[in-house]
Amino acid sequence: MNQPMRRMKSDTVTLAHGGGGKAMRDLIEDVFVSVFEPDGMEDQARLTNGALASSGAQLAFTTDGFVVSPLEFPGGDIGKIAVCGTVNDLAVGGAEPLWLSAAFIIEEGVDVALLRRVVASMREAADEANVRIVTGDTKVVERGSADGIFITTSGVGVIPPDRNLSANRVQPGDVAIVNGVLGDHGAAILAARGDMALSVEIPSDCQPLNALMNATCETVDVRAARDATRGGLASALNEIAEAAGCGIEIEETALPLRTEVKGVCEILGLDPLYLANEGTLVLFVPEEEAERALDAMRSTAAGKEAVIIGRATTAHPKRVVMQTTFGGARIVDMLVGEQLPRIC
Amino acid sequence: MKYAEEFRDPKAAKGLLAQIAQVIDELGATKEKPVHIMEICGGHTHAIFRYGLDKLTPAGLEFIHGPGCPVCVLPMSRVDECVELAERPEVIFTTFGDAMRVPGTKKSLLQAKAEGADIRMVYSPLDALELARRNPDREVVFFGLGFETTTPSTALSIQQAASEELANFSVFCNHITVPPPIKALLDDPHMILDGFVGPGHVSMVIGVEPYRFIARDYGKPIVVAGFEPIDLLQSVLMVLEQMRDGRAEVENQYSRVVPDYGNPVSIAACDDVYEPRPTFEWRGLGEIDSSGLRIREKYVAFDAEAKFSIGYGKGAPRFVPEPEGCACGDVMTGRLKPVQCQQFGKGCTPEMPLGALMVSSEGACAAYYEYGGVDLEPAE
Repeated sequence: MNQPMRRMKSDTVTLAHGGGGKAMRDLIEDVFVSVFEPDGMEDQARLTNGALASSGAQLAFTTDGFVVSPLEFPGGDIGKIAVCGTVNDLAVGGAEPLWLSAAFIIEEGVDVALLRRVVASMREAADEANVRIVTGDTKVVERGSADGIFITTSGVGVIPPDRNLSANRVQPGDVAIVNGVLGDHGAAILAARGDMALSVEIPSDCQPLNALMNATCETVDVRAARDATRGGLASALNEIAEAAGCGIEIEETALPLRTEVKGVCEILGLDPLYLANEGTLVLFVPEEEAERALDAMRSTAAGKEAVIIGRATTAHPKRVVMQTTFGGARIVDMLVGEQLPRIC
Repeated sequence: MKYAEEFRDPKAAKGLLAQIAQVIDELGATKEKPVHIMEICGGHTHAIFRYGLDKLTPAGLEFIHGPGCPVCVLPMSRVDECVELAERPEVIFTTFGDAMRVPGTKKSLLQAKAEGADIRMVYSPLDALELARRNPDREVVFFGLGFETTTPSTALSIQQAASEELANFSVFCNHITVPPPIKALLDDPHMILDGFVGPGHVSMVIGVEPYRFIARDYGKPIVVAGFEPIDLLQSVLMVLEQMRDGRAEVENQYSRVVPDYGNPVSIAACDDVYEPRPTFEWRGLGEIDSSGLRIREKYVAFDAEAKFSIGYGKGAPRFVPEPEGCACGDVMTGRLKPVQCQQFGKGCTPEMPLGALMVSSEGACAAYYEYGGVDLEPAE
């Protein structure tokens, strides 16, 4: 880490830190630049990468805003999600993520110490994902105009010439695999909000998935992948069924769920299929390649608990159906609105 | 997961389903002339669809989905009054989450919140009390909603507010009770009912005694049931066996949770705080005598209706007719199946509910829509 040339003089962020003057320079240098270590201080990052030169390679570009509350929770914080979320959006498309931008909207009064923790965790997540945060922006808004810290990250990556991941390539018979347990992030946030005095600590699953995607794409023909973020696995599967025009069938008994997450869902009347994840994806591969895909996924840190949960089918086109533990079948539809706890 | 998965065991279900099929045969019930059993509680409706019990049970058994979803039976005029309260600048309006989406005449609480009303979702009235303590310069109103399950916690919060002399806390009381609408349904000449599956959580509070009249005066069996699929199947079997044996009794399948005489502490708190309203409107069912609760005079300082002169506080609430084409009343009395309603899945969906039964996941139409939208091949 670089020694900053300038030091922040205050313990909290004030409107002066967004004012364009000396205070802002101090904040940017001390809190952001010294940690992210971009190459220069021009207004734009100037980047070169060998992968871009291969014939047939495609540039992938994505953006995502992060507004999580609380800002810090077991297993992560808004900074870690802001990096992992954008890295994962690139990775599930088959891209190898390279560079990120980070734009901060900060509510006046935020502790500089909190901001430093968030920024440090962004750097840590970026190092883990092997990407660099190369440019950014800071705005400070009046108290009440934002909730602590909002972060928007954009990401650029390269899709190698031979990769073609797309939901409409999924065909009946293809096998659906998830990389690990479902719903941890959603349950972690619910528990961490402290509204319910649940005496359980569930860490968020927040993690970069690019190493896992890369290992799997190098081994088998991954037809399509989706990270199961907002709306959970149910929404990811519905998107794929819709785009592919086939049905998807999943087995309730095969779904990997922590007992704690099941418990939180039972108490609050929530369905774990709709809980958000920040480090969980579902991918489809041809049936004959399923075992090799599982091996490749399990060889990576994020894929140790990879498991087959179902398959694409010719039955009930564009519908996701779950065979229940109880022996029935039920439709798994898109989430309507927000999941709200039931009252009785 | 202990105490849940045992009651979802497919093997046990198979045995119960075989017994149910046998008793249905012995009763001579068929698809054309089925036995009609009403599950009163919305939690049961949800479980029936979630586990596909309506498809697993024989054709000679038909479930009629009762009025036991408090969000669904809330009249539109009361939703309008919630919005009116919430939009007062001094008010922090607190509510359980699933009441947020219920459509009023002009808007839902969710829409009012988006427009700037200070509406907070809480998980207990005690959270609302805490908000009142922390915001002494604001008026915190709690939206008291639900059957006997949620009634005691609201009563306790009012008692607590009184003992703390918390002048900025009040309750907009919409609590309702289970027995009166059952009586109203039994008195309805159009209603064909052979027996009831009784509500488990409500009975945990009031016990099983308040259902005596169903067996004694109307000669119908009722079995108080738990919420897991095995609970429900066993309860249905118990109702059918009563019918076969020519009995009409109140039985308690959920004895691991429901004491016969209920919870005396809860009952005492409710008696202290509430009295029955002469009449209360139910969406889809109309006015039902003594079916709602109001806050007693001695706690009037905590009654939002009196404090803000709204609803019954200024006489009577405005009557708002159901939206055109809405057949919730017919569905709730079993005259129509959800899918037989002209608006089902067309003018009325969970995204844009027209009628009450599409609003909450415990409403019959929403449950049908969520879990039964297409015909599925039976599972092996």
